[in-house]
Amino acid sequence: MRLSEHKYRTTSRIAGQLLYVENVHAARIGEVVKVFGPHNIALEGEILEIVRDNILIQLFGETRGLNTEDLEIVFTDTIRQVPLARDIIGRRFNGSFAPLDGLPMFYASEWRPARGYPINPVARLKPEEFIETGISAIDGLNTLVKGQKLPIFSCAGLPAKELVAHILQNARLRESSKRFAVIFVALGLTFHEYSFYLDALQNIESEFVAIINMADDPVMERLMAPRFALTVAEYLAFDHDMDILVLVTDMTNYCDALREISNARKELPGRRGYQGYMYSDLASLYERAGRIRDSKGSITMIPVITMPEDDITHPIPDLTGYITEGQIVLSRELHQQGIFPPIDVLPSLSRLMQKGIGPGKTRDDHRDLANQLYKNYAKGRELKKLEAIVGRDGMAETDQLLLDFAVVFENEFIHQEKQTRSIYNTLDKGSEILGRFNLLQHNL
Amino acid sequence: MKKETLGKIISISGATVRTDLTGLTLFERVSVGEHNLTGEVVRLEKDEAVLQVYEDPSGLGLNEPVQGHGVSLATTLGPGLLSVMFDGLQRPLDALLEKTGSFIHPIHLPSTLDFTKQWSFTPLVNRGDTVAGGVKIGYIDEGPFQHPIIIPADKNGRVKSIAQGTITLDEPLCELDDGSMIFGHESWSMRIPRPYRKKISPQGPVITGQRIIDFLFPLARGGTSIIPGGFGTGKTILEQTIAKHADVDIVIYAGCGERGNEMSELIEEFLHLVDPRTNCPLMDRTVLVVNTSNMPVAAREASIYTAVTLGEYYRDLGFHVLLLADSISRWAEALREISSSLEEMPGEEGYPTYLASRLSSFVERAGVVETLSGDIGSLSMILSVSPPGGDFTEPVTQALLRTAGAFLMLDTTLANSRHFPAINWMQSYSLYQNILADYFKNNVSNDWEVLRNLCREIMHKEESLKEIMEIVGIEGLQEQDRLVMTVAEKIRSDFLAQNAYTADAFCEPQKTMDMIRSITDQFLRGQNQTAGKGENETL
Repeated sequence: MRLSEHKYRTTSRIAGQLLYVENVHAARIGEVVKVFGPHNIALEGEILEIVRDNILIQLFGETRGLNTEDLEIVFTDTIRQVPLARDIIGRRFNGSFAPLDGLPMFYASEWRPARGYPINPVARLKPEEFIETGISAIDGLNTLVKGQKLPIFSCAGLPAKELVAHILQNARLRESSKRFAVIFVALGLTFHEYSFYLDALQNIESEFVAIINMADDPVMERLMAPRFALTVAEYLAFDHDMDILVLVTDMTNYCDALREISNARKELPGRRGYQGYMYSDLASLYERAGRIRDSKGSITMIPVITMPEDDITHPIPDLTGYITEGQIVLSRELHQQGIFPPIDVLPSLSRLMQKGIGPGKTRDDHRDLANQLYKNYAKGRELKKLEAIVGRDGMAETDQLLLDFAVVFENEFIHQEKQTRSIYNTLDKGSEILGRFNLLQHNL
Repeated sequence: MKKETLGKIISISGATVRTDLTGLTLFERVSVGEHNLTGEVVRLEKDEAVLQVYEDPSGLGLNEPVQGHGVSLATTLGPGLLSVMFDGLQRPLDALLEKTGSFIHPIHLPSTLDFTKQWSFTPLVNRGDTVAGGVKIGYIDEGPFQHPIIIPADKNGRVKSIAQGTITLDEPLCELDDGSMIFGHESWSMRIPRPYRKKISPQGPVITGQRIIDFLFPLARGGTSIIPGGFGTGKTILEQTIAKHADVDIVIYAGCGERGNEMSELIEEFLHLVDPRTNCPLMDRTVLVVNTSNMPVAAREASIYTAVTLGEYYRDLGFHVLLLADSISRWAEALREISSSLEEMPGEEGYPTYLASRLSSFVERAGVVETLSGDIGSLSMILSVSPPGGDFTEPVTQALLRTAGAFLMLDTTLANSRHFPAINWMQSYSLYQNILADYFKNNVSNDWEVLRNLCREIMHKEESLKEIMEIVGIEGLQEQDRLVMTVAEKIRSDFLAQNAYTADAFCEPQKTMDMIRSITDQFLRGQNQTAGKGENETL
């Protein structure tokens, strides 16, 4: 511990959000610094790197108007912490964790580092509780469970936000929805998207906390906002036994911010200019979802990703897919057919589905039905390609049946517009469609 | 042992720290900062040393102390490792849980093994016997195993005294006439391969219970298979299924940079599943080394060395060991992160240029050996690879292809049609199939090879017919080609696909043989019929 605050006026360089200070005697990694500049500019920053007496600081907030001569930098000897209290529920904050709703800051009952600590793998409880989203393509075929991280892979122009709003309005755990809250993290959103989401949030019955970084807000805050949100999530989930749904949109903006900052630090770029450590960085966010043994709460995470160029092998969706427990993939083709939600179930996957369905959780025949629907639809889609070559008339009768099944499956099972289906409705619908084509097999 | 020395931190960048401490040796273990974080010396300069810190460096400050330990980063070996779950630095996660709660905080946790636990020791040597490195002086009963205690490689002499009965690990078990004490545990520098008398070429298979592997792409004891696959192709499930059922004595499972929820599932399953060979929980034959993706990156790099050293130790005790690592790509990425923070010149895709040589010397640690005591032990490896974008031309897959003996390529198209294990039968290969041919011939069935070749032929034929069929439809094919298509479909869905969640998860080689025979018999019968029909028509 240092006895007093250290102040320096030895700025050597400023580049974007990065500040270099020289002749510093004491500093620690992650230490919070306060920067006071001309015209009453006051900013906060965090120490990134120490090279002898040269310190590299990452600044939060607008750096326009700073100069190297008039800066006073105060080293606080503390690590960046998030204030926490139950009163946080219902509030809105910006990416520097300042209130956005015009109300004063709440009184913190506790402070915790924003970076968090990794959950000890032996402390984890395996996710196995079903969450009903009201969407057949998810509930029936790619079931979401409590403690899972399940991203939505969207493409530019697809109705990801409508899908998310639908999930927000309908998501419920089978029991105990009283302890349920949503944490909404907006990263680089346009005003249009932001107001859409805010409307959706205000229309839901669940309580929520929002952390908002708009498209024109500082890029650096985009990296902090999800960490604040997850620290709040951990506090509410594991200290107050709440079930928390963390919704992050759009992770593509987060990754671009990471690339931008890293580039300013002159780090070596990797694939498509993204850093080699992006996997670990994303994991440090996604892996904070889960359940632990000594708490009843849970953190479930739905990150939204807009795949650049609709390319699922792009580093952002690719690295995400390697960390998350599956993915919900939206399809441009289905969207053009007017299907909502346009979920392509073939590349979609929920890795934890097997744990969350079946007797006592959903329905005994769930697994079997899901497999049959999937298998027949996959065959039907495969045959569509053949149809393009040989024409429908050239195909066997059984193949024509599967073709029709695929169409009906898309139009009646996947497509549900604003309708909400309970899991029972979803399963009934599925078996009814299979039955209509004489494809239903009773294995039970 | 060298005297411990003190210095201070002068620079910090990520997990790379510079100190003014001199007199350190390369790869020496160091304690860094006020909280004694574990680190390793990675580079020495004139008046400075560069250290790699193995824990989260946030909060680490300028001028904080650095201490050298005079020994390299080591793995502790001895009874009590089985069924324990360690992090990448071999700290027991259960003990960490007790100390820091559900979340891991960077703290110093010294002991890996439980030194207070009482074990029953049965000596095998007497006073006055001459012993040398590798000699078994007795054994400790550990679960279903008799855990031999061996003389460390660098010690020899005459036995002056030997213990018997109940002991703890901090008591010496044997004293030699030169005064050196032999304990039930030892430390081994994790980056150095353990010694053996000689290496033998791989022999006998590791039965994985996966039909497509055992029958088409077998793994030999002492060999290495790699499993590359994009996300969602089922690498982890395949590795875990093999970990459960493989016919080996000891399984070392390294969860390297992967998901936390998967590990909790694995632990729960392993505690409840029973190993049919010993009737004990599977966990009793397993050591888990877990460094999930959100745990410190540098410890992830160390984790596979911890795992392989543990594997070599059991090999040296005369066991057949299988090391499963999921995934090597995450290890390589950790290596890349460390390398870039050391400001080394990057090679392909930013990986350091020594990636391939590090990988090959790691894979070389697998093998069948005659141990120092003259027993036969083996260490086999199955390594999963996560190529970015599912593109196999990337450096990690390519480097491993040069050293591994079997390549099990996971196919996204197969996975999307829910065909698991999604191993592509056209592209995969195993260099061990000739070595193992005799084994299968003598132990399973005479016509193992004949049927395997027939099966391959059918699958190849299907591949070439597929395109034609897409255009003309199955009706447009000739009768014998139609037969190929039907039988190939049967082989795919009834034989090559295997459900990891049912009793079918493990398939004995004998059953594998019966299944393929019934399918190929059908094929041969069909072939005869069409041939017969053809003759009738000409008549």
